[in-house]
Amino acid sequence: MLEGTIIYAIINSVVLALTAIGFNLTFGISGIANFGYGAFYVLAAYCTWMMTNLLKLSYPLSITISILFCTLLGALLYRLVLIRVRGQVLSEVIATFGIGLVILELFRYLGFVGFEYTLPVFIDKSFIIAGTYVDMQRILLVGTGTVLMVSLWLFTHHTSLGLAFRGIAQDERTALTFGIDADKIATLAVAFGAGLAAIAATLIIPLGSISPDEGYDVLIKALAVSIIGGLGSNGGVILASFVIGFAERFTDAYIGSHWTMIVNMASIFLVLLVKPSGLFGKQKELEERI
Amino acid sequence: MEKRKERLDRGIKARTDDVFALTSWREMLYLAAPRVIPLAVFLILPLFLGAYWQKVLLSVAVFGLLAISWDIMAQTGMVSLGQALFFGMGAYCSGLMNHYFGISPFITLPVAAVFGGLISTILLLPVLRLRGVYFSMVTLILPLMLVRLIEATKIFGGTEGLSGMTPLPSVWVELYLIVGSLLAALFGFRRMMASDYGLVLKGIRENDRSVISAGINIYWYKAQALFISASIGAFAGAFMTHVYMFVGMPVFALDYSILPMAAAIVGGPGTLAGATLGACILIPLSELLRGIGGLRIVFYGIFLVLFIVALPEGIFHYIHRKYNQFERWVEVEK
Repeated sequence: MLEGTIIYAIINSVVLALTAIGFNLTFGISGIANFGYGAFYVLAAYCTWMMTNLLKLSYPLSITISILFCTLLGALLYRLVLIRVRGQVLSEVIATFGIGLVILELFRYLGFVGFEYTLPVFIDKSFIIAGTYVDMQRILLVGTGTVLMVSLWLFTHHTSLGLAFRGIAQDERTALTFGIDADKIATLAVAFGAGLAAIAATLIIPLGSISPDEGYDVLIKALAVSIIGGLGSNGGVILASFVIGFAERFTDAYIGSHWTMIVNMASIFLVLLVKPSGLFGKQKELEERI
Repeated sequence: MEKRKERLDRGIKARTDDVFALTSWREMLYLAAPRVIPLAVFLILPLFLGAYWQKVLLSVAVFGLLAISWDIMAQTGMVSLGQALFFGMGAYCSGLMNHYFGISPFITLPVAAVFGGLISTILLLPVLRLRGVYFSMVTLILPLMLVRLIEATKIFGGTEGLSGMTPLPSVWVELYLIVGSLLAALFGFRRMMASDYGLVLKGIRENDRSVISAGINIYWYKAQALFISASIGAFAGAFMTHVYMFVGMPVFALDYSILPMAAAIVGGPGTLAGATLGACILIPLSELLRGIGGLRIVFYGIFLVLFIVALPEGIFHYIHRKYNQFERWVEVEK
């Protein structure tokens, strides 16, 4: 029982880290809190579903297309909408939230709700680890998640584009004097965030089913993890997702499944109360509270 | 030949700013029309509407109140994404009083407005120091959390809610009560925001640090603004409880957060009149679009994005400008 809970808590933590990493990337680099993040997540899943079931494309191909599509849409979101309200944080929030609402509620209206809306697992197999059934999808998820996070770290620390990302995040004006185009970087940051949401969706959705409500849940989870870890800090995100991941699984196992989301939200509330910059936040204190 | 657009105050606008306004009917009319016309429309309209459109007017007034409450908070620098918190608090307060103790609606309404406002203020008090997007995140999360809490603990009727509240005596009492409250809130709080007190609130949004350095305790002012707007929201919620004769988890629904915000932004934030105007446009529009059902929220989303990006000043400011100023193309001086 305990081993099982711990194994599933680890898996849950990786799931949380995956859902939050895109949101955190966008916020950390461009300062845009993309409240449409959950919508991109759900959109990617529905796109894959539609391509495999309606257009009869092969599964890997439709996954690739929907990830690329979401990335492109993220870039368009910045170029067409966000660039006009750049710098006005609350307008950005309202605009992205509005777009997220449009996407999610459109799917709900079109009737994309039900158990048939699910994606197949990549490899149908399961193992027994320490007396607990663990299916192949979850193991793949942990593996891919780890690879993704390591490669993201390598990207931001050892490629020129990644260094430009961090440059803009640290000091926009100084970065401008080095010839880094802030708008281009912000476009890429929003696009990559959306792309990471799509990757997370293709990995995680096969474990459950797709529904518009999932979009709101994912947004809240991403917010929770990013706020607790410190918006913009990758190490913080990983630590925070383990904290929440374990807390969620243990409340689920020992208190009741109704309480998992409450634990999430209460922890956001507490962290914002005590230390709004999060556990590892690098944002300046005066910008978030006074 | 290059031209530029020149905007000048109308002569009548300049004259009505002064004592001359008292000397001519035309100037008096110019001043009074924008205030009297909406007042008259709201008071006379209920007499001519059918039962269905009376209900629409009722929800216009309720969402108008919520939009005003959003706008007061926004003018103080607190952008809320969860107006449903106030609405739900008021609804549950009056619902519980009426359901468990059988107190008459005329007592539960004011009491719920005050207590609902107080509880919401106390809930948000710890995060009052947060600014901008961080405050918005908390307001987004709180109503969602309360829904799950009610679901998990099954208190107050749990997922099924409480029903069988006492309705208000007649449809006329309902209508004139809510329309009267809307008008009182609109004109009263507009006056408040134009006074010195309102100036402090607006100052907090513009530059909180300079308000602090003027020796003003901004947390106390922010708490007051929060209480005022939470009470307005709670009153709207308490009222709806007695209209629907039901209170349950839907009172924390996203509709009550998104619609007021959309109304205030479409109408024009920062004037309260804009918020009311926005509600008067969006609610009847959504009734006309009732056939499309769930697509309504989609439309609100589209409206939100369009107005934030293309016309951030909103409709009211646009009309206000046209009413007071004229525009003409003039040659650019060399």
